[in-house]
Amino acid sequence: MSRTFLIIAEHRDGKLRQVTAEALQAALLASGDGDRISAVLLGSGTEPLAEELSSFPLSEIHVVDDPGLSAYNPEAYTAVLGELIEAVRPDAVFMGHTAMGRDIAPALAAKLQAGQLSDVIAIERNDGDGTVLFTRPIYAGKALEKKTFVQFPWVVTVRPNNFPAAPSLEGHRAPVVKAGIAAPSQLRTIVKDVVRKTSGKVDLTEAKVIVSGGRGVKNADGFKPLEELAALLVGAVGASRGACDAGYCDYALQIGQTGKVVTPELYIACGISGAIQHLAGMSGSRVIVAINKDPEAPIFKVADYGIVGDLFEVVPLLTQEFRKVLG
Amino acid sequence: MIVGVIMKQTFDTEEKIVIHQGMISEEGVKFVINPYDEYAVEEAIRIKENTGCSVVVVSVGPPRSSEALRTALAMGADEAVLITDDRIPQDEYAVSIVLAAYFASHACDLILGGNFAVDTGSGQVAIRLAELLKLPHVASVTKLELQTGGRAKAERDAEGDLELLEIELPALFTAQQGLNEPRYPSLPGIMKAKKKPFRQLSLDDLGIAPVALQARTTQAELSLPPVRQAGQILQGDLQQQAAKLVELLRTTQRSGGPTL
Repeated sequence: MSRTFLIIAEHRDGKLRQVTAEALQAALLASGDGDRISAVLLGSGTEPLAEELSSFPLSEIHVVDDPGLSAYNPEAYTAVLGELIEAVRPDAVFMGHTAMGRDIAPALAAKLQAGQLSDVIAIERNDGDGTVLFTRPIYAGKALEKKTFVQFPWVVTVRPNNFPAAPSLEGHRAPVVKAGIAAPSQLRTIVKDVVRKTSGKVDLTEAKVIVSGGRGVKNADGFKPLEELAALLVGAVGASRGACDAGYCDYALQIGQTGKVVTPELYIACGISGAIQHLAGMSGSRVIVAINKDPEAPIFKVADYGIVGDLFEVVPLLTQEFRKVLG
Repeated sequence: MIVGVIMKQTFDTEEKIVIHQGMISEEGVKFVINPYDEYAVEEAIRIKENTGCSVVVVSVGPPRSSEALRTALAMGADEAVLITDDRIPQDEYAVSIVLAAYFASHACDLILGGNFAVDTGSGQVAIRLAELLKLPHVASVTKLELQTGGRAKAERDAEGDLELLEIELPALFTAQQGLNEPRYPSLPGIMKAKKKPFRQLSLDDLGIAPVALQARTTQAELSLPPVRQAGQILQGDLQQQAAKLVELLRTTQRSGGPTL
């Protein structure tokens, strides 16, 4: 039986987020022959984004373009998407496990009376019987579970950085369809302001490189050399709970069991001892580098490469060496 | 005014995970209030201290969850409700329906919950509940301020950006780290908690037919992640080590390592 999959596209600063193409890839992995994959695009002034999206292997793109959707408002977005899924009746909804995905997907799942699998990192489909296994970390990655849906519809959020981006197809033009839905005019929720602290910076959950600081950075200024290295490697800065609790940085940077779980290609832990809660949040990184004064620090037990030394000496040296080879 | 808090008892985050006979072993494990739910409990108690409202903490879970509810009572909540029934599947769809049934007959002006539970990490139940109750929600709040006229101001953390919202009550909020610093239960608090109302409810008490709770998802496999082996501690002076590290990272890059 042919199914309809729906990808909820996300964009930021006028560009499609990579996680949109990753969610599409996840849907491609979970779908079979004859299944249709469409996308929905919400926002204001979305024309260039629809254009960009139409080169992906999609059957169609539903667009809701409304000034009322220019900033993310959970109530408005949920209402519009709710109306859209009412009309499209998808068998599966896929989106990123991002701030928006975490906020909207459960609301849509409730509307659809559907199950949801959150933060999925791998998908295996058995083409014989069509069963699909979804792998997701639990206990912040201290264990992994494989789950299946008992029935349709499905709601799936995928962890950024874990699926390759679906390729755009040369010459392909997916039709763009106006959904004929407007943002609700009566809202109980008003977005007063959005303070863009991360504007122009790489988002932690999508970063390929993370330079992270612990108590060893000593104070807020101690993050400066880390920021410099992260900027050079086009990465993001993270932190351990210790650094956040000590007030050296914002909790938004925290990586660990309480905090963000990250899976970059390279994780550089500076002055982080490696408490089990922190390891839970970062041990899925592809390559781990640890820099710590204490040779007995548990972080060295999970690191691929370790440097025993003061981060304030080592990090600037590293930045210097990287600068030499990266030009 | 009544503030409801939904909470879950979870493994202490310092616990190691052991799989025994295909299940996560609970033997010798210390259980706590889910850390994010603890912020929700603390916030509710602070609202109570400011407004004189009453705080009811509600949990769906096994009988051991009563310890977490008792802790919340000792922190200052007024009333606890444990919904426990073997016929409730471990599925967010089902748990949210159970909670919605409870709150449908015990309306609250404000419902607080955690951002997500540190065990299953799915972050669904609170938002599903808001949707089922037709309440607006603000997730991942780092600041919450009640206004006059049944409104609230909230600050929310969205991937490092800060969103400032105003919302009409009743509404549901989920707590993010930074919202507050949860208190420890005091000894008098623990003594008082023993006399506070504690209700235990089953599906029958809530008038829910088990057939309405059919799980939407099922676990097929459970495993531990591959153990990471300790790698190489570099040698030499720091300058040499830094150069060596950059070289090593660039070599592994060619064999599937980081893209630099």
